[in-house]
Amino acid sequence: MNLTLKIWRQANAKAKGEMVTYSISDVSPDMSFLEMMDMHNERLIDRGEDPVAFDHDCREGICGMCSMFINGEAHGPDRLVTTCQLHMRKFKDGDTLTIEPFRANAFPVIKDLAVDRSAFDRIQQAGGFVSVNTSGNTQDANAIPIDKHDADKAFDAATCIGCGACVASCKNASAMLFVSAKVSQYALLPQGKIEATDRVLNMVNQMDEEGFGNCTNTGACEVECPKGISLENIARMNREYLTASLKG
Amino acid sequence: MAKLDSKIPQGSLSEKWTNHKSNINLVSPANKRMIDVIVVGTGLAGASASATLAELGYNVKTFCFQDSPRRAHSIAAQGGINAAKNYKGDGDSTYRLFYDTIKGGDYRSRESNVYRLAEVSTNIIDQCVAQGVPFARDYGGLLDNRSFGGVLVSRTFYAKGQTGQQLLLGAYSAMNRQIGRGKIKMYNRHEMMDLVLIDGKARGIITRNLVSGEIERHSAHAVVIASGGYGNVFFLSTNAMGSNVSATWKIHKRGAYFANPCFTQIHPTCIPVSGEHQSKLTLMSESLRNDGRIWVPKRIEDVKAIREGKLQPTEIAEEDRDYYLERRYPAFGNLVPRDVASRAAKERCDAGFGVNKTGEAVYLDFADAILRYGKEQAHVKGWDESDTVLVKKLGQQVVRAKYGNLFQMYEKIVDQDPYETPMMIYPAVHYTMGGVWVDYNLMTSIPGCYAIGEANFSDHGANRLGASALMQGLADGYFVLPYTIGDYLADDIRTGTISTDSPEFEAAEKEVKQRLEAFINNKGKHSVDYYHRKLGKIMWDKCGMSRNEKGLKEALRDIKALREDFYKNVNVPGVTNEFNEQLAKAGRVADFLELGELFAKDALERTESCGGHFREESQTPEGEALRDDKNFTFVSAWEYKGEPSKAKLHKEVLNYEEIEVKTRSYK
Repeated sequence: MNLTLKIWRQANAKAKGEMVTYSISDVSPDMSFLEMMDMHNERLIDRGEDPVAFDHDCREGICGMCSMFINGEAHGPDRLVTTCQLHMRKFKDGDTLTIEPFRANAFPVIKDLAVDRSAFDRIQQAGGFVSVNTSGNTQDANAIPIDKHDADKAFDAATCIGCGACVASCKNASAMLFVSAKVSQYALLPQGKIEATDRVLNMVNQMDEEGFGNCTNTGACEVECPKGISLENIARMNREYLTASLKG
Repeated sequence: MAKLDSKIPQGSLSEKWTNHKSNINLVSPANKRMIDVIVVGTGLAGASASATLAELGYNVKTFCFQDSPRRAHSIAAQGGINAAKNYKGDGDSTYRLFYDTIKGGDYRSRESNVYRLAEVSTNIIDQCVAQGVPFARDYGGLLDNRSFGGVLVSRTFYAKGQTGQQLLLGAYSAMNRQIGRGKIKMYNRHEMMDLVLIDGKARGIITRNLVSGEIERHSAHAVVIASGGYGNVFFLSTNAMGSNVSATWKIHKRGAYFANPCFTQIHPTCIPVSGEHQSKLTLMSESLRNDGRIWVPKRIEDVKAIREGKLQPTEIAEEDRDYYLERRYPAFGNLVPRDVASRAAKERCDAGFGVNKTGEAVYLDFADAILRYGKEQAHVKGWDESDTVLVKKLGQQVVRAKYGNLFQMYEKIVDQDPYETPMMIYPAVHYTMGGVWVDYNLMTSIPGCYAIGEANFSDHGANRLGASALMQGLADGYFVLPYTIGDYLADDIRTGTISTDSPEFEAAEKEVKQRLEAFINNKGKHSVDYYHRKLGKIMWDKCGMSRNEKGLKEALRDIKALREDFYKNVNVPGVTNEFNEQLAKAGRVADFLELGELFAKDALERTESCGGHFREESQTPEGEALRDDKNFTFVSAWEYKGEPSKAKLHKEVLNYEEIEVKTRSYK
């Protein structure tokens, strides 16, 4: 396949960025999107040009590090995949691909397609945990039976990979899907109930401080989420937040 | 350099750990506040150690090269975590888990460490559940289990195919709590460049900020390396792109012995290589072997027809299929350990029965499982069990619930639907049992420098059993290191903060800067990846699933030559003080080019076959691995002597007091 790539190039956080057009030939349909980018970078290096910076690590769709906005969609046109699991067979010979970073005020660009998502870490630090020490002196794991349906729902929420596609897809750059996934995981399990009030208040507060936008229920986040995290979680977090606020 | 002392406590095996914990020195809570500990890496071992050390009161500084500690490659572990809970009542016990692990490791691991691992395994599950890790449960609300290779009980706890993710997020959440309290200072996007020794003790590290390129000095009273394994020396592996040997290699060059580097796990169920462009390989969890049956056609003409696209695997009759694992190993069948399953796949493919274009693939077939589950579901619901369409649909639903994410991943990569046609799989490099030599306290041969998780060598011998890596990472981090480190730090309560202005820090920093400048100024003609691929090919061809003297000698020569060429001709673009992925990669590949040589040297010296290390010269008439217990019941611990070829071998003799060393049989 031969393709045209329009890629966002930005030397560092302070530099002004721009779209740069490249053409790339001999792309195999079996390549993953990032392998196509590797090939492009190899060629740039051979020509003495600066390779395109992008984040990636596990390349099996689970670490959440890759973060490209391809043809106007987070992680590209395929559903339920991250960029590393997107394959070139989803595109046609002669296509033009526009490749941008995940954009949000709370995700400043570091270089080219790599962005700083440490705001997500800080939200988790505000309350995304159960306050139990790791001494090993806890009760037997089977001491509290948990309804399988609740356990499954908690698991589904917990599969969020923290990639930020929800933020990048949202016109308000809201992080509600991300935050609600963690809040829901704990809200659905008895272990998380004890700190439920503080958790939701602290995490939402930190989310606001980081400069993420408000949720207006467009549902774009759910559509683009590579792990299929459901909007139900946002509804659950809103309930949790309301309950917590009333408790004060 | 100190003599190799494994510091195994006295007493009977089952009492060693308890006694040791009661006898080692402690640091008082007030004094812990005066002590700094550095942790490098935030996978299961690093994250759990950081969290626990901080809870105990130490000041922890933790480093990871990823943009968030949550992304360390433990996140990608799929199948599960072992624990001797015996919830199934199928005869499991601490002793059995211990025994299975020693046997699975082909009698090349240290008895006392493995027993401790089995002993603390049950605590891990309790701990993780208390943290809110959503393990799979049954309808009664209790925890569910599955089976993994090399064992005859169901002791593997899981969270669908994302167990590693859930456990790592649990450890990450425990870390986050301590970061929030200010007890852990987290450095994302930082790479460790060197270890700093003062008066022979580990007292800090030099790091590079991967965003700004800045070189930084960090001091501490002890340094814990939890940087994972070195599978990426093969270029293609199931490791993450950034996984590297650099942190462990740097401490090796500073005096830490490197143990059993040639013990590598080649995992039997990975998606086959599709072409030259391939950047990494993807694992299909071992848990799939609970339900998938592995086969190739019996007749070579069927193989040819499949390769030409004239025949579909589903069209091959049952009697024309060779379920070679069930045939060769009836007792364990498809659940033989990984090394055995991998070699058996290679044997069939080398004999010409590989089922894809490259001839390097076998089938992993779920048709029987779908049928079995479908009938069961139809029976439960009181529906017609003879309705094949219905049964298939119901069976697929069960398989989807168990392995949905793995099937989806396979479909995205290969573009075939594994619910309808068998998966194609082939072995790939996955895990390294070898690593930094540590004593019972997990301290390396450098005082104050520790290695935990995959980075050390201690628990898995020559072959690791499935679902044991997660167990070891969390055991080391939550329950072992935080206590054993106190024994060393008790002598440091009066030391006070360690200055980074010393000549030792100065010299280490200068060396790091010079090395980075040299890469940038080299202006050679080949990219870093060019060399990494070449190294990977040498490793796979000559140090891969089977090894021989001639190949290993060639590997030694070729790797050395490649390394020389690398330093002459590598081209690293950009500058040092910027976000420069190529520069970071150049440093990692430089270290792989040294490790690779030590790896080949180790494999050459060990003329026996054991576990994942198969020497063609040492096999039974049936082609099974043949150990040489008389001459090789020891750990090879290599001391750095200026370059890999000059490394000096130290032997830690393995004494088996509890277990009778036998020929490993899964037949």
